[in-house]
Amino acid sequence: MANSPLLISRRQALGAAAAVVACSALPQTSFGQLRVDIDRGLIEPMPIAISPFGSASPSLAGLGQRITDVVAADLAGSGLFRILDPAGYLQSSADLAAGPKFSDWRQINAEAVLGGSVEPEVSGRVAISFRLWDVLRGEQIAGIRFSAADAEWRRIGHKIADAVYERLTGDQGYFDTKVVYVSETGAATSRIKRLAIMDYDGANHRFLTDGRDLVLTPRIAPDGIRVAYLAYRDGRARVYMTDLRTERDTLLGDFPGMSFSPRFSPDGRQMLLTIARDGNSDIYRLDLGSRQMERLTTGLAIDTSPSYAPDVRDIVFNSDRGGSPQLYIMNAAGGETKRISFGEGRYGSPAWSPRGDLIAFTKIKGGFFHIGVMRPDGGDERLLTRSFLDENPTWSPNGRIVMFGREDPTTNTQRIRTIEITGRNERLISTPLDASDPDWSALLP
Amino acid sequence: MKLANLRSVTKLLLARMQFAGLALLLVGACSSDPESTIVSETAGSADGIGSDGIGATSLDGSSLSATDIAGSSGPGSQQDFELNVGDRVFFELDSASLNTEAQQVLDSQSSWLLTYPNVTVTIEGHTDERGTNDYNLALGDRRAIAVKDYLVALGVQPSRILTISYGEERPVDPAHDDVAWALNRRAVTVVNVVN
Repeated sequence: MANSPLLISRRQALGAAAAVVACSALPQTSFGQLRVDIDRGLIEPMPIAISPFGSASPSLAGLGQRITDVVAADLAGSGLFRILDPAGYLQSSADLAAGPKFSDWRQINAEAVLGGSVEPEVSGRVAISFRLWDVLRGEQIAGIRFSAADAEWRRIGHKIADAVYERLTGDQGYFDTKVVYVSETGAATSRIKRLAIMDYDGANHRFLTDGRDLVLTPRIAPDGIRVAYLAYRDGRARVYMTDLRTERDTLLGDFPGMSFSPRFSPDGRQMLLTIARDGNSDIYRLDLGSRQMERLTTGLAIDTSPSYAPDVRDIVFNSDRGGSPQLYIMNAAGGETKRISFGEGRYGSPAWSPRGDLIAFTKIKGGFFHIGVMRPDGGDERLLTRSFLDENPTWSPNGRIVMFGREDPTTNTQRIRTIEITGRNERLISTPLDASDPDWSALLP
Repeated sequence: MKLANLRSVTKLLLARMQFAGLALLLVGACSSDPESTIVSETAGSADGIGSDGIGATSLDGSSLSATDIAGSSGPGSQQDFELNVGDRVFFELDSASLNTEAQQVLDSQSSWLLTYPNVTVTIEGHTDERGTNDYNLALGDRRAIAVKDYLVALGVQPSRILTISYGEERPVDPAHDDVAWALNRRAVTVVNVVN
């Protein structure tokens, strides 16, 4: 079994941060029509075969299987694909490398088949390639070859799953992403909270702070490198920013009063945050380059939890200016503000979808906390969850899934979960300790 | 009145903590059993580190740090303040308004502060858990400032009063019910320095 001579056509560098991973598209015979329609209300998952990624080098066989497992877990976890049991595959992965026998795959009702290989490269790197075939039409519909350090195998698995997801749904994937969140231990009256970062699926978990300081509301920049958060240090509560590469921690600014509720702009150049001064919390914009500060709200009400629209024209935020906490939208240049939440109950922690079409929020009503979504004009409010305490929604980069924190009062545990905006496929994200207040990164560069 | 009951409950709670005369030290979980936590109580400074290198933290700056001031039980002390004056006031949901009982407590606090002019205090604003984190941080700040403004109006120098909001992060009662939430919606005046 050897790599096809067709493999390499075009090399792409993926940017400085991801220089460890290079990839190239494999040529396709033509575009097929195979597609999962993810906009339909009820979806029958697409049956797909994932043939274990093999290797001519026996020492890489295990790596190939681990990558295959990551791809399968990603695709199955999306709820859009049903991975057919490999025990039923009629064509071996070694045979598949030379080309699929489509009749074998039709026989087990696979609509698509994915195969791939891992081969050694010079200097300790590996070449990982995959091909995706449309079984009914009998043609290849995607293929990429990655060159990476073998320690990057999880990322490669996620990138392959993203490519398959994108090809079969027509929508961007969300698997090669990170989540920052608050890890919690200890008694409720003196909780120890630490910042932590992990892959979207809970793998590669790492603590970012040691627990000495109370830390809250971590927010990751679009570059995936900077994390802003609130820390109680030196008797004050202020926003800090840490650089994940250098692990350098800087105070965002010595503002008068408490600063909190940071959120990066979609281009990562600005930060929205709240500053409480003389008992009045207002939203400010800080230019991270020039360090210029601009006050965006005034008045005696609480104004907090700002989140930019992806086009940066508008900001959704939380305010009690009408007597109870509700959601408002203001023009990012200042001026016009209008309330968008009109349902019964109290609202908070709005997050604008990266697609721009929806705003996710926390709603407190009738003794329950809900995660919900509504259009930016306030229409079509839908509640996705209901529990004793669900809060702090954050979006997958494709705007299809909302991640949030849930506290269970009977077990006194806190966990991070995801749910599709259709209200289906609620899933638990595995964390070593209690977990709250997640923030989901963009697709990594 | 309900709040009077709450106050007596709080005083009992505080008395119990003071009897221990301890700072709570919470140590992170052992790596072999990440779900468990070890809670130990120790006197004096709380700078311990868990056996697995997970950081521990003292409760400096929280409402419980009142008990950190060792041996200060005389006039003008934290203990004197808590037992003879009352260190906290309570609020309704989403509110920073000072009701009659809260005003009575703060009247006593201001008299005490005027009696001991060298004392500085930090007012900690707290909320219950029935709100979002950000909103509760803002609400806790509003409560702390409401108390500060009241004390200042009664003649206490503003420079003697620091404020901080903990939002919903430091409940005094960890239960998830109306009584606990009412106890947690509070502003606590903590004595900082006794000269």
